[in-house]
Amino acid sequence: MSPADESAPTDVLTKADPMSTQHAVTDPARATDPDHATEPAAPEGGRRETDRSGDRGGLARQLLAALPEALRKLAPQHLWRSPVMFVVAIGSVITTVAGVARPSVFTIGVAVWLWLTVIFGNLAEAVAESRGKAQAASLRAARTDTPARRIEADGSETQVAGTELRVGDRVRVSAGEVIPGDGDVVEGVASVDESAITGESAPVIREAGGDRSAVTGGTRVLSDEIVVMITAAPGESFLDTMIALVEGASRRKTPNEVALSILLSSLTIIFVLAVATLQPMAAYSGGKQSVVVLTALLVCLIPTTIGALLSAIGIAGMDRLVRRNVLAMSGRAVEAAGDVSTLLLDKTGTITFGNRYATRFVPLEGVSESELRDAARWSSLADQTPEGRSVVTLALEQGARDEDLPTGATFVEFTAQTRMSGIDVAGEGTAPLREIRKGAAAAVTAWIGTDSSQLAAVVDEISAGGGTPLAVAERGGPDGDRLLGVIHLKDVVKPGMSERFDQLRAMGIRTVMITGDNPRTAAAIAAEAGVDDFLAEATPEDKLALIKSEQAGGRMVAMTGDGTNDAPALAAADVGVAMNTGTSAAKEAGNMVDLDSDPTKLIDIVGIGKQLLITRGALTTFSIANDVAKFFAIIPAMFAGVYPGLATLNIMKLHSPTTAITSAVIFNALIIVALIPLALRGVRYKPSSAVALLRRNIFVYGVGGILLPFLGIKVIDLVVSLIPGLS
Amino acid sequence: MSDTVSGLLTIGLLVVMIAVCYVPLGDYMARVLTPTKHLRVERAAYRVLGVDPDGTQHARSYALAVLGFSVVSVIGLFAILVGQKHLPFSEGMSGMGWAMALNTAVSFVTNTNWQSYSGEQALGYTAQMAGLTVQNFASAAVGLAVAAALVRAFTADRNGELGNFWVDLIRICVRLLLPLSLVAAVVLVATGVIQNFAPTAVAHAITGGTQQIPGGPVASQEAIKELGTNGGGFFNANSAHPFENPNPLSNIIEILLLMVIPVCLTRTVGTMLGDRKQGRALLAAVTVLWGVALAIATWAEVGAHGAAAQAAGGAMEGKETRFGIWSTILFAVSTTGTSTGAVNGMHDSLTPAAGAITLINMLLGEVSPGGVGSGLYGLLIVAILAVFVAGLMVGRTPELLGKRIGSREMTYVALYVLTTPALVLIGTGVAIGLPSTGNALGNPGAHGLSEVLYAYASASNNNGSAFGGITVTSTFFQLTLAAAMFLGRFLPIVLVLALAGSVAEAGRVPRTAGTLPTHTPLFIGLVVGVVLLVTGLTFFPGLALGPIAEALS
Repeated sequence: MSPADESAPTDVLTKADPMSTQHAVTDPARATDPDHATEPAAPEGGRRETDRSGDRGGLARQLLAALPEALRKLAPQHLWRSPVMFVVAIGSVITTVAGVARPSVFTIGVAVWLWLTVIFGNLAEAVAESRGKAQAASLRAARTDTPARRIEADGSETQVAGTELRVGDRVRVSAGEVIPGDGDVVEGVASVDESAITGESAPVIREAGGDRSAVTGGTRVLSDEIVVMITAAPGESFLDTMIALVEGASRRKTPNEVALSILLSSLTIIFVLAVATLQPMAAYSGGKQSVVVLTALLVCLIPTTIGALLSAIGIAGMDRLVRRNVLAMSGRAVEAAGDVSTLLLDKTGTITFGNRYATRFVPLEGVSESELRDAARWSSLADQTPEGRSVVTLALEQGARDEDLPTGATFVEFTAQTRMSGIDVAGEGTAPLREIRKGAAAAVTAWIGTDSSQLAAVVDEISAGGGTPLAVAERGGPDGDRLLGVIHLKDVVKPGMSERFDQLRAMGIRTVMITGDNPRTAAAIAAEAGVDDFLAEATPEDKLALIKSEQAGGRMVAMTGDGTNDAPALAAADVGVAMNTGTSAAKEAGNMVDLDSDPTKLIDIVGIGKQLLITRGALTTFSIANDVAKFFAIIPAMFAGVYPGLATLNIMKLHSPTTAITSAVIFNALIIVALIPLALRGVRYKPSSAVALLRRNIFVYGVGGILLPFLGIKVIDLVVSLIPGLS
Repeated sequence: MSDTVSGLLTIGLLVVMIAVCYVPLGDYMARVLTPTKHLRVERAAYRVLGVDPDGTQHARSYALAVLGFSVVSVIGLFAILVGQKHLPFSEGMSGMGWAMALNTAVSFVTNTNWQSYSGEQALGYTAQMAGLTVQNFASAAVGLAVAAALVRAFTADRNGELGNFWVDLIRICVRLLLPLSLVAAVVLVATGVIQNFAPTAVAHAITGGTQQIPGGPVASQEAIKELGTNGGGFFNANSAHPFENPNPLSNIIEILLLMVIPVCLTRTVGTMLGDRKQGRALLAAVTVLWGVALAIATWAEVGAHGAAAQAAGGAMEGKETRFGIWSTILFAVSTTGTSTGAVNGMHDSLTPAAGAITLINMLLGEVSPGGVGSGLYGLLIVAILAVFVAGLMVGRTPELLGKRIGSREMTYVALYVLTTPALVLIGTGVAIGLPSTGNALGNPGAHGLSEVLYAYASASNNNGSAFGGITVTSTFFQLTLAAAMFLGRFLPIVLVLALAGSVAEAGRVPRTAGTLPTHTPLFIGLVVGVVLLVTGLTFFPGLALGPIAEALS
């Protein structure tokens, strides 16, 4: 869009850049209504709130529905994937054997609760997966085998099944038909209903050539006819990928998850050793322990809470993105989003509305403000572009009245030859035809035949400030042929962007605005929006070079893109979000696809990535901090018989050794269920500095993690001490 | 002057002396560890060793050099100990038995200096000087070299270079340990520590009995014993012996010597990283751990009210009257906190709470402030562990000092954290389960368990001090403790170097507002918390059956 911007502002008026058209099509309200446009930018907007209330209401039902799956996950080959839970499962088997051999309320109780601990862990995972499965089922419905009309080499058409299509085949799709596979439109233009994939009911335009040529299999053509060149083999289509992703079938552990698992495994090994070597020490001390008690101690010590919830947290993190209509091709990409330190944001559509708005009329000497205002308004009456409408709006705001409207006027459309648009008003009586034109300064001065140094000065000043000047002139008016003045069009920065960038800066994220504008314009908008840096007159090569240089400095870069020429940069970026409206090359190159094609969402994606990591860290801390209380419950219960002094450690005043151990085991199991909602929804995350986040999370999950189990175990002990035969 | 005032003044004096040394010594060590021109004597050493002093090593070759040097050292020292009767100045001592010799060789090469022998009865002067004292220098230098390699890894940018082990070893000895211990030896002689080659003198007392008065080059060994956080005494009584540690002045100088390098290394790391704040944060963490341990132990000893304590006017059992309670506890906490293991009183006789503190000081993994070098790398490992959990809690892949901590780094850290507790637990569990162990214990019940736990904690963490009551001369103890010392030293070193290699190969990440600062009080608290929590959770059951049971009875 860059050349048009600088040389011929009027081009912009009629041939609005692809981004704004796309908004106009997919979501007409968003492009014009400033209030609406900020909605997706709100960090935890209303949409999430509804999701949350949904969680709460349906959780009990979801848990129940996931129960069969949780039991199926008791298979050893599944348990093996989490070493912590595998140890618990072995412990369950051991206590069960012990319980069968020598049944007592205590042993059977412990055995049952250990099994429940394993099942609760499976339940968390099953619930997390079930959400994706429901979505996958609805996607599958769209994948029903569609017949395709393949165009053969000789131009004839053959009816084949969609599954028989190969990459490079060309198919014809007419109104009402379902597109049989992923591909690019090579002929024609059509409106397409993509609601099966995006959930967005408004149709989108897909046309041959350019950046809006990609179509997805399973979507429906609503009007016209297109020829599609297939770009994905059956089974590897976008829809297939999406189904696999939301189902979690292709889920692999992410780097941070692997690192955390290693830590948890080594803690588990330490505790296994601590418990195994406790027995000889206990025997030496004259207080040999039963296998059931030792197993109970072990299970309470190893980090079962995080071990049970770890995979659920990962699945739920992906799911949170899916609910915002973002598809991450891997969990690695979601994690990388949390690490991003440089955001490349396209100016148009992300930082600004992407359309220029009239903000000011600058009359030339000898022209009154109202003359220019009315002339500008009249010349724009027929102009239905957002820019044209904004001129009318501004004129009305400045006092233009409807009774001043001319009668018997003809509108003059914009043409590439004249590069102007305007209005011709028939003169009253003998008065000549009055022609009013607006357009690029060069075109208008050429048309009027006179030049003005004042006009040149105003035009320069507006351009320097990042605005777009439109000259207005009239021929045959009451004062003859003359230049009237200039309309100042400005690329309006979305409200609230500056605050968001401040927030990002506090989080340590640098924002770089990418624009095709010249450096002067770019600098002005960058200053107004409050970004840290900008890249003006950006070519795809420039973008790629910028990403490479940021990465060479150790930074991680996120960007959005939709064009084929964005593909190399998308592939190079650590987080590349391709717009769903973009080309298949872009979607292929990025590691996320935004089905809403809303570039502002990149900021939310960073938040979701961070929230995922924070949730893991917080629950790990919580899980380990819990152990302190368990020691105070179990150790005096085990050894107060040998060393009565150790009863002092029973600071919770638990009823008896057996109730103390049982209570610790029950708490250990119940805390998993209690934290499933937190694991699924993620811990509360408010963008702030690292220090503030750490302070809050250490306080809540560290200190809270130490204190809560004292209370929990005590309460459970009060209840279980009522069970006959236990104490 | 009351005991309390003099005790507090002693502690204050120690802190002031360390504070005076902090900046100059810390920065000097940074210079020693940073490439500069070679001295002539160093060049000669490189020629003898056949190494190129300007070549840099990657993790693998650095680790192989460390291991190669140490294994050769063990073999050499073993040969000296077994065959010492053929050496000059052997003072008529016969060679050691193989098990004790192996134990001793491993002990000195690993900077543990666990002594299952009695110095004055088992070793001649050559074995002491050419055998043990050499290893006192070398083992300390090895620890510092490994720490330097890890610090360099954080400044390296994708090149994987960790420095050159041989250069580090020679430089640390020539430029740091030798001059410092020379000065220290002279100072110690001035305070009355003996330094001679005189044979044991026999004096006839007025009562008619005879007295054996030993001589020996004590001050020279004493200096490096403390300075290198070694701890192996010339005499069996170690720094409680009047010839090793004659008076309160020599006592505080010895405490200063054993604390000064580990503490000042926190300055060195700050200087080497170009991030002084980071160094001060490590200093703060160390100070908190040491200070709290000292406070608890002193409180327990001063407040002891047993019958014996009342009779003696204080908990004086196992303490030298010339030092008193305060200075003995200061020594005990410092020696266990620095992995030195020298003692000026018997830890076995401490009150249960104070005894537990000395035990816990070792179980923390020797990071308060730990041995020469080993304390620093231990601290950095804990910092990585803390930064990993904390980093996740701020929503980023954890980073420390500009390097990301990924799964590879965490693997090495997790294994490091696993190693010594595993050795302590397995050693204690097996030993306490053997029927023969009962006879080796000086005390039954909870105190006996403490003795065994202490022995394996001391060996695995390369401290070397002992809860004296236990007899460890059986082949079982000699060999298992030797294994604990060897594995407790070199497994962590290999893991640290592997970690260093992986860190050095990574690129640096720029610091932003989203980066977790690792020098704030919050983070220091987190480091301390992680150390205490990990140790506490691992050893609480064992401690409950040992010192805790004893303290609460």
